[in-house]
Amino acid sequence: MCGIVGLFFKQDRPGQQLGRLLAGMLAEMSERGPDSTGFAVYGDGAPDGASKASLYSADPNIDWTDVEIALGAAFPLAGPTRVLGSHAVFVLRAGETALRDWLAVNLPAVRVFGFGARIEVFKDVGLPAAVTQRYGLDARHGSHALGHTRMATESAVTTEHSHPFSTGVDLCLVHNGSLSNHNRLRQNLAREGVRFATDNDSEVAAGYLSHRMRQGASLREALEAGLVDLDGFYTFAVGTRDGFAILRDAIACKPAVLGETDDWVAMATEYRAIATLPGADKAVIWEPRPATVYHWQRH
Amino acid sequence: MATVPVRTLNERLHRLPADSNDLLWRVINPRGAHAVAAGLTVPVQVEIDGHVGYYCAGMNERATVIVRGHAGTGLAENIMSGVVRVTGNASQSAAASGRGGLVVIEGDASARCGISMKGVDIVVGGSIGHMSAFMGQAGTLVVCGDAGADLGDSIYEAEIFVAGTVTSLGADCVEKPVTDAHRTRVAALLERAAIAADAGAFRRYGSARKLYHFHVDHADAY
Repeated sequence: MCGIVGLFFKQDRPGQQLGRLLAGMLAEMSERGPDSTGFAVYGDGAPDGASKASLYSADPNIDWTDVEIALGAAFPLAGPTRVLGSHAVFVLRAGETALRDWLAVNLPAVRVFGFGARIEVFKDVGLPAAVTQRYGLDARHGSHALGHTRMATESAVTTEHSHPFSTGVDLCLVHNGSLSNHNRLRQNLAREGVRFATDNDSEVAAGYLSHRMRQGASLREALEAGLVDLDGFYTFAVGTRDGFAILRDAIACKPAVLGETDDWVAMATEYRAIATLPGADKAVIWEPRPATVYHWQRH
Repeated sequence: MATVPVRTLNERLHRLPADSNDLLWRVINPRGAHAVAAGLTVPVQVEIDGHVGYYCAGMNERATVIVRGHAGTGLAENIMSGVVRVTGNASQSAAASGRGGLVVIEGDASARCGISMKGVDIVVGGSIGHMSAFMGQAGTLVVCGDAGADLGDSIYEAEIFVAGTVTSLGADCVEKPVTDAHRTRVAALLERAAIAADAGAFRRYGSARKLYHFHVDHADAY
């Protein structure tokens, strides 16, 4: 059992409080996932040609200033570094692969949790109230965000095993369910060059979607292909730079509710998370159909 | 319920004596809470304004529960008697394993509606999702719209009436002839449910009774 939430503003309006609203939704999903909490926020874009890298270190004594100096020597920094809890967000001019390669050699204890022009990913062991406060979610702004509360049924309870999983540029996935063919799929994807940081099944789903999209598929096409290739139970919420998508497997025993108003689209494992949003009582509320891709895109 | 926990509400309802004069209860701001008005045993009417979460009116006995909104998973699960009505849609497993009473869903019900039903009557104004009436043992499921895949899989003696299309029938579920007696029964249920539909438009589905006992010729179907 896990809890998933997602919030997507259809257009920019003054006063939108993405982070505060997502934190409220996550808090409602505490009982569904008390092991760990994570979220991805699609906020202000990095300067042209630069990317934001959400990095994590398991070493609590890491000196992020040293990391900044070392990273800055390898890649031009393009904005101030922000340190939050065990995470730091760097703005730098680097390709995703180049950064991951450099870290693997020079700072192997540092993990990339998110990389892209807009995405920032934070995740940690603990309840939503604690984790969202630790990483300052309330104050974050942006166009859309996804969150997850985890009750682990598969693989360890660690920060690295928490959701969201991001395996591609500006792409992340949160998952409620369990995949049964993830080991074989992980092997196949690894042969194609997809890198995995954990033995977690949901990370394989994220890697699968990233791989499909790198091959040229749209998000919708990648998800539709996933209906064939991903075996198991799932409700997925997926974020891209400008988009937001939901998919449930054909059996659809993992719950999901969607809500929509003129201002927002929201997804949650249970309606009570959507009920916290302004205008929820007037929203159109429905349950996404099995094996059907729901996709919203900002243009 | 913006200020009162569901436990407090349910405790008050559970403490009502069988001859209570507090016959009408109104619940506001349910905000998707779970187990609202579950476990009622006295003939009161509980009206809930807004969407409820899981297991609303579960195990209901004699009470009438009306949800003016949508309901989450497991609406009226194991209902024994009384009436549960939802003006919107219901999520999966509505009226699961219900023993008696009437469940009315004015909108759609999603997957597994009436799973393992054991005597409850269910009337759905809209459509139902896949695997509905799975292993249904007794009772009647009336669907004014369409039914999803694998309707009535492994069904026993529950009866299903669908006015619209059926995506597919589950194992051992077959279409059966409709007689005047069936039409009369459907009409009576629609009237009790206050759902407007033409009783003559329904087709009937039920068990082929080939999975009741092991038979080697049917081994592939088990």
